Amino acid sequence: MEIILAFVIGGLFAAGIYMLLRRSLLKLLIGLSLMSHGTNLLIFTVARLTRGGAPVIAMNKSVLEPPFADPMPQALILTAIVISFGVTAFALALAFRTYRSVGTDDLDQMQSTDA
Amino acid sequence: MNVLLLLPIIIPLFTGILTLFSRYSLRTQRLVSLIGIGALLGSSIALVFDVHQNGIQAAQMGSWPAPYGITLVADLFGAVMVLLAGIVGMAVAVYSLVSIDRQREQFGYHPLYHFLLMGVCGAFLTGDLFNLYVWFEVMLMASFVFMALGGERGQMEGAIKYVALNLVSSAMFLSALGLLYGMAGTLNMADLAQKFSVNPPTQSPGLVTAVAMLFMVAFGIKAAVFPLFFWLPASYHTPPAAVSALFAGLLTKVGVYALIRVFTLIFLQDIGYTHSLLLVIAALTMISGVLGAAAQKEFRRVLSFLIISHIGYMIMGLGLFTPLALAGSVFYTAHHIIAKTNLFLVSGLVEQLGGTPYLRKLGGLYRAQPILALLFLIPAMSLVGIPPLSGFFAKLSLVQAGLETGQYILVAIALGVSILTLFSMLKLWTDAFWKPAPELAATKERGMNTRILLYPIAFLAAITVLIGLGAGPMFRFALQAGEQLMNPSIYIQAVLGGIP
Repeated sequence: MEIILAFVIGGLFAAGIYMLLRRSLLKLLIGLSLMSHGTNLLIFTVARLTRGGAPVIAMNKSVLEPPFADPMPQALILTAIVISFGVTAFALALAFRTYRSVGTDDLDQMQSTDA
Repeated sequence: MNVLLLLPIIIPLFTGILTLFSRYSLRTQRLVSLIGIGALLGSSIALVFDVHQNGIQAAQMGSWPAPYGITLVADLFGAVMVLLAGIVGMAVAVYSLVSIDRQREQFGYHPLYHFLLMGVCGAFLTGDLFNLYVWFEVMLMASFVFMALGGERGQMEGAIKYVALNLVSSAMFLSALGLLYGMAGTLNMADLAQKFSVNPPTQSPGLVTAVAMLFMVAFGIKAAVFPLFFWLPASYHTPPAAVSALFAGLLTKVGVYALIRVFTLIFLQDIGYTHSLLLVIAALTMISGVLGAAAQKEFRRVLSFLIISHIGYMIMGLGLFTPLALAGSVFYTAHHIIAKTNLFLVSGLVEQLGGTPYLRKLGGLYRAQPILALLFLIPAMSLVGIPPLSGFFAKLSLVQAGLETGQYILVAIALGVSILTLFSMLKLWTDAFWKPAPELAATKERGMNTRILLYPIAFLAAITVLIGLGAGPMFRFALQAGEQLMNPSIYIQAVLGGIP
């Protein structure tokens, strides 16, 4: 399972970076969100996959017994998802405003501040 | 629990919320904003005194013990950075009262300002790497909106580049966090430092170095070091002067702070590799920044490239990795934040008086505004490193540390870059101030406005002079901060308690 996810993460990053390198503004944003999905899956996988082991102490026991899934990375991912959701929403609005004021979504033509 | 650690985060939060509530009355908004920033400055001064007297302070949020809960930590370096955020925040807040146009104020300039400061202070005070990520995002979100607020064409183009590259950096930071958690099972900085020092993860030293490199790239983008700085000169000159002064003073320095924190506390397994790489990066950053500045034709673009060049000096102290060098880094960062913010504030006034950002069309300001010219010279000469001013002592200690460790080439580069900085500053001086005014410019009557704008500039210039005149005690203070950074065990002890 880890191997499959490793390839999925690699694929997401590769696709994300490919999209980042395109010239269209919208594709840039798609690339960024693909990368953030890859990152979330990475955190999920790196903390080891445990099936069917909720981190809850069983009745009439006083300690947590393995195997159990680590809840920490899932909390981290949840935070990261919320943040990337907000950032993506902002970035879409920014892209729209930029398109309106520059008149194109071709990143190569946005060089008036570089000279 | 030490409340002082919490105040620099809570005060901007509540001020921001209050200014949101009073958004229909600009007068109340400004008043609340000024009171809030004053309180932030006061609490940060108290924090510095407290840390100076009682050593490193740590507070566990919600009283969850250290490696499990959220920890706030202030060592001398972190406390000084919070103080600098307070000083810069104060100066720029006063400056923006006059210089920011009404429309921007009505669309949430003041709330954003405080949320940005909250993110910056949170990043300086947190003791947990994931928390650092969250504070980075708070700060970035506010800065994204700041960058785009106003919606001029140049601003939008700058904002796209700024947002895209910073999001890439955040994704890398988060991946590095995930890998680190997989290795160590914790993200508390003190706990990580302890795990890696007591019981180095011998099974995969290469993986640790790889994660360290991911952190270096992620923070390097935010700090604008050599191959990763292209977003900075493309965006920093586009928003209003007050905003770019705040960005120039604080935001890249948060990246530098994170680099210094991570590479003095956690990633010490392979100093020969990581810190030598930092030295190379430092040298290339200094050179490329200063050469870039020499080719620019706009006032603020020259300054933007000089930021990059000076980031190199701060990284140089980290790469040399001796107490003296780190003290130099701390001193340099402090001096740079004050002087660079001041120069950006001056640039806003120059552009307003001259009516153009292009150096070719500026001129005659020395005759028209002699006080402004003097106030430009103080931070400018301080950045170059002319003796009685603060920059001289910062560079002196870095050069001394470089000579002690035998990095002669790096020292030569640092000194050469100083001379080239002088060249850029003289270009600004001759073009904007000294040469006679072109016929069209300098006819605008804005006497009343500019008078108030001079106060924050004079305030920051006075601090630059004070740091220079009181260099002895200031430097002893920086040395203490450097000692703390070089001995992670003090930090670990303060956070985790009894465990050495």
